[in-house]
Amino acid sequence: MTDGAKVWGLHLLVLAAVFAAQFLLPPYHATNLARIMVLAVFAMGYNIAFGYTGLLSLGHALFFAAGMYGMGLPVWHLEWVSVPALIAGLLAGGVMAGAVGVLALRTAGVSFMIVTLMFAQAGYLTLLYLNSWTGGDEGFVVASAARQAFGFSLATDTPRFTAAFVLFAAGLLACLWLVRSPFGRVMVAMRENEERSRMLGYDPFRVKLVALILSGLYAGLAGAAYGMLFGYVGASFATIQYSILPMLYVLLGGAGTVLGPFLGALLMFYLIDITSNYTDAYLFVVGAALVGLVLFAPKGILGTLRERAWRWLP
Amino acid sequence: MSFGPFLLLAVLEGTVMAAVLALTAVGLSLVFGVMRVVNVAHGEFYMLGAVIAWFVTYYLPFPPALVWLAALIIAPLIVALIAALTDTLVLKRLNYDPEATIVATIGLLYMLQQAALTFYGPDARPVVAPFEWRIQLPWFGYSGYKLFVVVAAVVILAAVWLFMTRSKAGLVMRATQVDRDTAQAFGINVDRVYAGTFALGGALAAAAAVLIVPIQQAHYLMGHDPLLLSFIVVIIGGLGSIRGTLVAALVIGLSDGIISMFFSPTLAKIIATLLVALVLVFRPQGLFGAKA
Repeated sequence: MTDGAKVWGLHLLVLAAVFAAQFLLPPYHATNLARIMVLAVFAMGYNIAFGYTGLLSLGHALFFAAGMYGMGLPVWHLEWVSVPALIAGLLAGGVMAGAVGVLALRTAGVSFMIVTLMFAQAGYLTLLYLNSWTGGDEGFVVASAARQAFGFSLATDTPRFTAAFVLFAAGLLACLWLVRSPFGRVMVAMRENEERSRMLGYDPFRVKLVALILSGLYAGLAGAAYGMLFGYVGASFATIQYSILPMLYVLLGGAGTVLGPFLGALLMFYLIDITSNYTDAYLFVVGAALVGLVLFAPKGILGTLRERAWRWLP
Repeated sequence: MSFGPFLLLAVLEGTVMAAVLALTAVGLSLVFGVMRVVNVAHGEFYMLGAVIAWFVTYYLPFPPALVWLAALIIAPLIVALIAALTDTLVLKRLNYDPEATIVATIGLLYMLQQAALTFYGPDARPVVAPFEWRIQLPWFGYSGYKLFVVVAAVVILAAVWLFMTRSKAGLVMRATQVDRDTAQAFGINVDRVYAGTFALGGALAAAAAVLIVPIQQAHYLMGHDPLLLSFIVVIIGGLGSIRGTLVAALVIGLSDGIISMFFSPTLAKIIATLLVALVLVFRPQGLFGAKA
């Protein structure tokens, strides 16, 4: 079997297994899986910036929130409905990432991390400050009239799972196509050696900006979908914690692997879910996982697997 | 109250804020300067200082002034120990790689926060001030303790300054900051310098918290704002430059105090965070400092 066949085979198999899971799992876990798929889209976006292009951002909550409010505000104030609102959220994430990127990409490394962190913090505070428009701390509920798509209510189990699955599958396949395309190779080249790539004639600023915008589109779509499918928009989704979560998922699953973000989101979600049966100290689990990962497994699960056995894994 | 006295009050509040901020930020700046580590858990060291101060003042059966003094010694020591352990067990093993250490200190932040929540609880609790004394100005009374905080912060900062510029240990630290490899070649134990620096940084944050905790209350989430403000101060002052950090702490503390008095505190914070991002983008050496 050629590597290409193996790659497509594996990813389609994973998608088929995830789709089939909704018929096999009890409703509680099916809803969890829908949530995980949306978070995995967010993490895939983070992975495009961090895993493939080497941009360690601490501000992705801003893009997630831009998508969520880009969807939620038109629904609330202009009575938009599902599909146009989701597209508005997607675009809002991309535009926000472009605006932040134009400024933040003039810096690199630690400065880039702090600049993105500061922009995200300013965004969060702005949401609180404009509370008459955004609902501030309390947020708002997405009107159920807007949560209708193609005659189905996205508030019910099966349409919700299907919608999450469609977005997840589209995100996964687009990511797979991207990283195997020539542009994806240039992204990796930027991560590995920016100076050498520049010498070969690539413009690092342009490549990184495009990667960040793509990443923002994913984050925006995920934020919009999260608000739409689970019916709530709030400023808590713009806090630093929502910048850390996708980083955690990507580090756990394996930075720079297509399936890593989903695997990381799945494992971390259930790790927190299961430990919270025994203790409410779930922050400790998150913290310990971060420290343990950077210390003992900086490549994550699939990164290690690729190093040891499946060298063809994208 | 007319405008003049109101401004005086705002300036006084701003000065108290600036003094505590300077202590916290110098700790962060020291760690970044010597070790090139951005310690995201710095705010949690501050929080731990306040929480430990509460435990000390609550359980030790001495008069307020004495227990508070005990807290001012015990809390920084415990935090310094935790910091030194973190350095040896985690940061050193990451070879102080800037990005990995940020991720690790984010992890530490969550663990410390959870530890405080579990053992201390979600409530905000007050610590009794070591003394009650009001200064009666013609327009309003002002807490003498707050002025004492300013004096104490200046004394501690002066001690740090003397330590860095006059003592042998300070010289060793500065040598390591300038060139780690050469310092090692001259027989300096760089591991110990790093552990000591990280401990000193944590201790300064804890000391700042012990000073402020009779004014604010101890709470497990209280590390968030000092972390953000310290970041702002350290960046505007120029990463790693202690003199710049001090100047910036004064400017930011005062302006934050004054702006939040007259406008919304949220707006003040939005402006400050945006300012920091733009300073880093357009003037990475900071507004005041020489090249970091």
